[in-house]
Formats: sequence, C-alpha cells, structure tokens
Amino acid sequence: MHNALSHWPFAIPEIWVLVMACVVLLVDVYVGKRQRDLAFVLTGFSLLAAMALTWADRGQSGFAFFGQLRLDPFTSVASFFVELLTLLVLLYSRKYLLRRGLYRGEVFVLLLFALLGAMILISGSNLLILYLGLELLALSQYALVALQRDNLRATEAGLKYFILGALASALLLYGMSLLYGLTGVLNLQQIAVALINVGPQNFLLVLAVVFVVAGIAFKLGAAPFHMWLPDAYQGAPTPVTLFMSSVPKIAIFALFLRILVEGGYGSIEIWRQLFIALVLVSLLIGNVVAIAQTNLKRMLAYSTVGNMGFLALGIVAGTQNGLASAFFYAVVYALMAVAAFGLIVYLSREGFEAEEISDLRGLGRSRPWAAFLLLVIMFSLAGVPPTIGFYAKLAVFQALIEAHFVWLAVFGVLMAVVGAFYYLRVLKVALFDPPAEDLHYGADDPLAASVLTVNSVALLLLGIVPGALLAFCFHALQGVL
Amino acid sequence: MYSFGILSAAIWVPIVGGFLVLSLGDRAGGNLARWASLLVSVATFAITLPLLTGFDTQTAAMQFVERIPWIPSFHIEYFLGIDGISLWFILLTSFLTVLVVISSWRNVSSRLSQYLAAFLIMDGLMIGVFCALDAILFYVFWEAMLIPMFLIIGVWGGPRRVYATIKFFLYTFLGSVLMLVAFLYLYFHCGDSFSLLAFQRIPLGASAQIWIFLAFLIAFAVKIPMWPVHTWLPDAHVEAPTGGSVILAAVMLKMGAYGFLRLSLPITPDASHQLAWLMITLSLIAIVYIALIAVVQKDMKKLIAYSSIAHMGYVTLGFFVFTQTAVEGAIIQMLSHGFVSAAMFLCVGVLYDRMHTREIEAYGGVANVMPIFASLMMLFAMGNVGLPGTSGFVGEFMVVLGTYQAYPWPAIIAATGLITGAAYTLWLFKRVLFGGIVHAQVAALNDLNGREILVLGSLAGLVLLLGVWPAPFLDVVHVSVAHLLQQVSVSKIPS
Repeated sequence: MHNALSHWPFAIPEIWVLVMACVVLLVDVYVGKRQRDLAFVLTGFSLLAAMALTWADRGQSGFAFFGQLRLDPFTSVASFFVELLTLLVLLYSRKYLLRRGLYRGEVFVLLLFALLGAMILISGSNLLILYLGLELLALSQYALVALQRDNLRATEAGLKYFILGALASALLLYGMSLLYGLTGVLNLQQIAVALINVGPQNFLLVLAVVFVVAGIAFKLGAAPFHMWLPDAYQGAPTPVTLFMSSVPKIAIFALFLRILVEGGYGSIEIWRQLFIALVLVSLLIGNVVAIAQTNLKRMLAYSTVGNMGFLALGIVAGTQNGLASAFFYAVVYALMAVAAFGLIVYLSREGFEAEEISDLRGLGRSRPWAAFLLLVIMFSLAGVPPTIGFYAKLAVFQALIEAHFVWLAVFGVLMAVVGAFYYLRVLKVALFDPPAEDLHYGADDPLAASVLTVNSVALLLLGIVPGALLAFCFHALQGVL
Repeated sequence: MYSFGILSAAIWVPIVGGFLVLSLGDRAGGNLARWASLLVSVATFAITLPLLTGFDTQTAAMQFVERIPWIPSFHIEYFLGIDGISLWFILLTSFLTVLVVISSWRNVSSRLSQYLAAFLIMDGLMIGVFCALDAILFYVFWEAMLIPMFLIIGVWGGPRRVYATIKFFLYTFLGSVLMLVAFLYLYFHCGDSFSLLAFQRIPLGASAQIWIFLAFLIAFAVKIPMWPVHTWLPDAHVEAPTGGSVILAAVMLKMGAYGFLRLSLPITPDASHQLAWLMITLSLIAIVYIALIAVVQKDMKKLIAYSSIAHMGYVTLGFFVFTQTAVEGAIIQMLSHGFVSAAMFLCVGVLYDRMHTREIEAYGGVANVMPIFASLMMLFAMGNVGLPGTSGFVGEFMVVLGTYQAYPWPAIIAATGLITGAAYTLWLFKRVLFGGIVHAQVAALNDLNGREILVLGSLAGLVLLLGVWPAPFLDVVHVSVAHLLQQVSVSKIPS
C-alpha cells in the first residue's frame, strides 16, 4: 500500500480505456476527415482488448491507488459485461451514424469515456471516486443524447436529461456528504466499519440513505424518478438509447452495491423499505403506462421502468442470492434491451426511424427473419421461457421467496402478466397484421444484422442452457456480504 | 427399467425437426415442408412407441428416467420420467401431431412451413410437459408451449384471431405464474430441490397446502378450462385453424387435468380433500350449465368447444371423489375426449374447407351428398354422447359409477349431463347432416378424399377400440392410479 505504482496492475483495464480514448481522439483529429473507419476500428479494437484485459484479471482481488479502486470478482465480471455491451452498441450503430452524418470521432471518444465512467463506478471504492465515475458516465451521455444538435427533439431530450440528471447527481452527492459527515471517512471499507456503531434509528443515517437511494433510483430510471426516461430514450439517436438502456444499468447497480452494500449494509432495514416502495411504483407505472404507448422507443422506456422494478425486487430480498439475482437481472436486461433497440437501429434508415409500433406492420411477411428475432426478444422481455428473460425473473423471485417476501413475489408475477400484454401487442402488429406497402426498412447493414442475430439467438440459446451464465454472474457476487 | 434417452428423443426430434422445416421454407410449393413435417412427426410417433412396448405395468415408479443437472446453481435438473398416468398422453400427443400434419396437407394456403413447424415444435414441448419431473423444467415446457399456439391462432386464425390469441395467452400466462410462485415456495420448503417427486414427499402444513392448492388450481383450472375461467376457450377455438383446435382440445386441455394428477393431488393431499367440495361443485357446474350453453350455440366450433368444457367436467369430477374407478374413468375420459374432440374439430374442418362457414344454419342435408363423412361423423357424435361401444361411454360411465360409490347425489346430477350431451350433439348432427338440402352450396359438396378418410378413419378405429376393449388402456394406468390414491389418502400435515 505504500507505493502507488505497485498497485497499478489492478487498474489496467481502466487505464487502457482512458489511454485509448485519448488515442482515438487524436487519431480522428489527424486522419478523421479521410479515414473515419480507422477511428471506428480502433475503438472496436480497444473494446476487445479491454475485454481481454478484464478477463485476464478475473479471479484476482486487491486494491489500487491507496484503496481508491478495488479489484474483486464482481469488478471483473461487471466490467467485462459493460465492455461487451459497449462493443455491441458500437457495432450496431455504424451504418445508422453514417447515414445521418453522425459518424464522427466524438461519438467514439464519448462512448469510450462513458465506458470508463461505468468501469470506475464498478471498481471505485471511495465515495469521491465513485462520484467522479458517475459524472464521467453522465456527462458523456448528455453529450451523446444531444449529438444531433439541429434536431429539436434530441436537443430537448438532452436538456431534460441533463437537468434531471444533474439533480439526481446532486441528491446522490448530498447523501454521500451526509455519510461522510457521519463517519468522517470516504473509503467504503472504513465507512462500513464506522457505521457498525450507528443504529438504523440514527436520523442522519436515514437521511443519507434516503438521498443515496433517490439518486440511484433516478439514475436507474425506477419510478417515481423516471420522468426523464421516456423523453430521453425517445429523443436520443437510437444507438445512444441503446447505450443508455444497457451499460448504465449495470454500472448503477454496481454503485448501489458499493455504497449501500459494501459501505452501508448495516442500514439494510432503511433502504429495503425504500426499495419496496420503488418496486411497487415502478412495476405498476412501468407496466401499465407502457400499454398506452404507440411509440416503440417510449414503450421500451416504460418497459425499462418496469424492469428496474423487477431488478429492485432482488435488492429488496437483500440476501446474497437476492443481490446476485439483481445483478443477473441487470446483465440479462441489458442484453435484451440492446437487442430490442438494435432491431430498431437495424430497421431504420434516413428519415425513417422505425420507432412507431405501427412501423413494424407485417414484418413477419416482409422480413421473416427479423420478425423471428423480434419474437425472441419480446418473449424474453416478457419473461416467457425458454428465453433467458425467464431465468432472470425466476432468479429474482426465488431470492424474494427465500427472504420470505411471498406477497411481493405474487405482486411481481402479476405485473409480469400485465407487462406481457404490451410485448404481445408489438408481436401482434409485426406478425398478425398485413404488411403495409409504404414501409421501406433500411435493414441493409450486414454488420448490424449479424450482431443482431447473434444477440437475439443468444437470448434463446442461453434460455435453453442458462447454467453457465447464471453461475458466472452468481459467482461474481460470492462473498459480497 | 431401461433408458436410451427415448423421452429426450421424443422431445427434441420434433423441436429440431420443426426448426429444420422452418428453414426449408415454402420451396417447391411447400411440398418439401409437407413431406419433411410428415417424416418428423411419424418419426416422433415411432420414437414414442417403444415407451408402450417397454412399459412395466406392474410398478408405479417412474420409468425411462433421465436425470442430469441442468442449472446447478439453482439445483434445477433435467429430470424426465413417465408412469402409467403420463404414458398415454405422450402417445396421444405424438399421434395427433401426425394427423394434424396430414390434415393440413392442402388446407393451409399461406406460410405452410411456418404452420407445420409450429405444430412440430409444440409436439416436442407438449411431450416435455407430460414427462418433466422437475418443477422448473415442467414450467418451462408448460409456458413455452404457449408461444407456438399464440402464433398458430394469431397468424392462421379467423377474423377475430388477434383478440382470441391475446386472450388465450394472457389467461393461461396469468394462471401459470402463480404456479411458479408455489414451486419456488416448495423449493425452499423441501430443502433446495425442484424434483416433483421430492415435492410429493415433503410434509406441508394445512394452510400452506391450501395456498399451494389454490395456486395450482388457478393454473390448471384455466388450462382445463373449468367454469368460471373458461371464457378464453370458445374464442380461441372458434378463431383457431383446424389443426390448432385439434391440438388445443385434444392435448392442451389434458395438461390442466394432468397437472391435478401430477401436482395438486400428491403434493397437497389434505387440501385436496378439504376443497374437494369446491372442485366437485365446479365440475358439476361445467357438466350441467356449460352443456346447456352448448345447446344454444349457432357456431359448430363453439358448440364443440363448450361440449369440451362439459366433458372435462367429468374428468375433474372423477379426480376429486378419490375412488379408483372414478380416477381411472377420468383418465379414460381424457383419452376418449382427446380422440373424439379431435375428430369433431376435424369434421368441422372438413366442412369449413368446403363451405368456408361454421354456421350451423348454412348446412342441412349434408348426409345426402357426403355419405362417408356422415357415417364417420355419426360415430364421433355417438362418442361425444357417450353411447356404449364408443370410448365416451367407458370414461363417463366409470366416472359416474365411481362418484356414486362416494357421493350419490353429485353422481345423479352428473348423469343428467349425459342427457344434455346427447341433446346438443344429436341436434347439431341432425341440423347439419339430415333434412333436405336447402342451400345450393351444400348440394355441390364433395365427399371425403383419401387423406381425410385416413385421418378420420384412424380416429374412428381408436374410438371404437377404446370403447369396446378398454382393458389394455386401463392396465397401464391401474398401478399408477392406485399408488396415487394411496398417496392422497395419507395426510401430509406434520403432527
């Protein structure tokens, strides 16, 4: 612990992503005009290499930079997934960006910085570092949302996202400052020790936890802190929505895990109550309001709200299995969301975003393969076996019943049925309605097509043999308590 | 007790075959898909036949067991096995799939390969339900089956297909999710195992049993369907294409009943006894009230759908009087209904293919132009009525007899259902087949072609065989039912 440099091996993936973000920026400045693909390929390579580096790190644990960052099984697994998801986002969006004149170096740099923020959220072990990671992730995303600066809706979405996001950050920061005031330390391990003697009746602790939970709920998009989400999802360019709906979910879960489990597990009785409220409202609002949507992106945004409710069910359980199931849910949800928005990206073209549900009319006839993938994605989101989405819900409910929250589990499964309705409605439009003459899909990007195929078929195959992925995610959280 | 993975083969051959058919597409006018599906379905039937020949009727233990870990972190196993109760339903499923493939030979105009693939995939999934012995595996098959059925009704169905299929899906989904909660509860209760056999063994407190029984009841009552959660069925049947109706009536409805035998009765025996009055009442309502509704239907398919609900009333009645005769009768009734309702829906399909209407009014005097059809349908109508010599008689008679041993009055009420059944079936028969020819279209009808004769004829043979000589069928179920009743008679409430 005496020499900072002796610990830097524990932060190799983070350092690599930071360096490569700068390299991509420089490369694009010099050759971007002529050779934009170079930056694209370089970004892809950076992500692949980051995945390899993270993979090589797995199984190790320790601290870097005097306890600022930590490496444990969870760090490796979660970082691996956010890198993978960022790579998927990148591959999905190439053609989309090209067609709309957004194929610029900034996108890649911002993506890498956002990823770096997410990775720091995952590995941070100090309140300040975590906050920096959160802001890095958030600021990159604000810029990404408003990427089409001439587009009124994108600008509005960006602004809305920024204002509410800043509010959420402020709430979180305030909660953190209360924690600091209560304990006098910023390091999470030390906070945990300092909190041992602070009972759950302590008013300051309650206040701190309330603010932290509110901030986390905001960032996750759990109701009633979800107001920004539909507008931001709808207004952002679809590849950015792709990113927003996947990577931050895992990163924010990690933030929760670091602050409230590693640091404040003693306060479980406080935050459990808060999460129960969040679950009830999210499941209800997410699933019911989604029914009223006609815009696919908005519908998926509300479905995010509902899904965050399911995720939070695992948090409510609060046990080893509960937290592991919530993490598993975050990973599975991210994979499903990426596939769902990826399909929209794939079908869109200039001037046609394929974002209305009615834009999918007759997909079953005009593009049977895409329709089949849509079928898998929607049933997976609805949690119908044999897709991986079912096991995510199963894991959460199992943990919940283990923790004796049978009534919440019953409420959850009933909401899953309500949720199934609007997924079915998308399928109804795509498969049962006659095709429309005036719909011309983009759907000519072989790269996105192959990624989409792999992504969606994986949802089905992982559903038939889910053992390995489950064990991988559950193993990551072993010993977290 | 030997195992070559026959059950796995019976599940996976049709599923993989279904995806192959899907990939063939509608090339060569769909002939490729037709023959491939026929091959796959016949192969599946052939695979399931050794189950019958190799079955040991002297033991109630599970046979042809396959057991390997599937999801080790949750202790979920790939655990298959059959006993006398499940055997016939596996054969029924694989056999009817062959018939459905043959009967769809020329009648499906659009997206034929997808249609056939959906049936093949469903074939595998339904067999999976009947042999899964791990609760989660059971649930996976149970739910996954909804997906192909959702598509079959939604894509190839009638004018109100969207309403019908979404109603069908949501109803059954709603029913089953609570079953999942019950499974998870039982999992922790029985020390981290999802094995149904372990569930059957663990002691359970009285109130826990009641809750679990109710959770199961919702799942199975929707599937069977029992009054008052039956309303999805007439809609689904009316809108479904012929093949869909056949599988729905002949196999899917049996799954709810099978669920009672495999789950409710052995896992919650005390609650079953305690709530038997409820089950008997609901069954009698189905037998009497639903049969009366059937009488006034104007649509042939709707009439048969309501008659299905009434017939399934005998099945649930038979289960909850807990006598050997009644339970065996109920199982025979399930099989018989599998044949008869499949045949009735196929008969309606035959008429619908020619006339494109299911309104009873549009027919009349069909017997004059379609004599072969009329005689076959006559047989099935008799089966539906429960005339001695047909399969319907054996099942209903045994159920009523078995009920009488335990509760005379419900048996008498149930017997009146036989009369109502005769009323609506014969009246339907009379209005469609007899009388003078009123409509010009009817006069131009052609009689059955070879393919249709093959399909209906084989069902006719089975209806008669089961009616005249039910002994081989009963031999298989006898020991398993005795074992089941013995399980049910022992209280599981820890003292």
